[in-house]
Amino acid sequence: MIDKKFKIANKIFKSRLIVGTGKYKNFNECANAIKTSGADMVTVAVRRVNISNKNKARLMDYIDPKKITYLPNTAGCFTAHEAIRTLRLAREIGDWKLVKLEVLGDKKNLFPEMIETLRSTELLTKEGFKVMVYCNDDLLMAKRLVNAGAVAIMPLAAPIGSGLGILNKVNIKIIRNEIKVPVIIDAGIGEASDAVEAMELGCDGVLINTAIAKAKNPILMAEAMRHAVISGRKSFLSGRVKPNILGERSSPQKGII
Amino acid sequence: MKVKNKIKISVNGKQMQVITKYSLKSLITKLKMPLNKIAIELNKNIIDKKRISKIKLKKGDKIEIVHFIGGG
Repeated sequence: MIDKKFKIANKIFKSRLIVGTGKYKNFNECANAIKTSGADMVTVAVRRVNISNKNKARLMDYIDPKKITYLPNTAGCFTAHEAIRTLRLAREIGDWKLVKLEVLGDKKNLFPEMIETLRSTELLTKEGFKVMVYCNDDLLMAKRLVNAGAVAIMPLAAPIGSGLGILNKVNIKIIRNEIKVPVIIDAGIGEASDAVEAMELGCDGVLINTAIAKAKNPILMAEAMRHAVISGRKSFLSGRVKPNILGERSSPQKGII
Repeated sequence: MKVKNKIKISVNGKQMQVITKYSLKSLITKLKMPLNKIAIELNKNIIDKKRISKIKLKKGDKIEIVHFIGGG
């Protein structure tokens, strides 16, 4: 069976796994993990250049933005103003229009501040950005975001970096069923089975950073996640059997000796 | 005399001294910043990188130079 293409804002991606580039030991490990994961889109953050160490290695020297799509994020932003400033700078580095909007409201839990997120989505869309939006697992807010121009909805599975897996499967399933743009699980994935689950719920993709970067063996986990996303997608497409509390024989009764 | 010809500016939150009429391009070159990998803000306005040779720095200018780093 040929799957439909994974398309965001009219751009086709080979992999349904998006990988974050933070928290790795070094750029080499990060680049290796991304290569192994098969991801062709990675999230990146915008930060001040270290002016006292001019020869410090740069992410762009290790991950070629011509081969891998950079998805600039607004991590660390708590207002629409900060998010827009950050993404305008990101666009200036190399004409990036596809961005990940993440406006946080709670420093402890890193939950999204949805009022500011919605405002930012509207403003950024008007400026020509293609905005993928980190959000709560709330259908009504997801619909508002789509109306405001979001090109993808990225509900959290659990708090950022928590590794708790998908806490509210029903909400994710409902969002997937009701929303027309791609739904990508962002934040909270802990292990490969969580990624499988996200895909089995019908999600279009998964974004993973901490679960890979902070695994004891990030390269092996990157490989596990690659397979998990493919496996979960195929499982979703294949149409599972109905759950049944009674046993049903797999071997025929006829011809028993 | 020398001191009079210098102005104080701020680059990424750090104080720096440059000579008067120093261009933004000279600053970027001095800091060895690869233009294709950075974005520049001058007093909170994003600067078109093609125009940096025409921009002369003034006393108290606040410059931010950013790039991409690892993030989720």
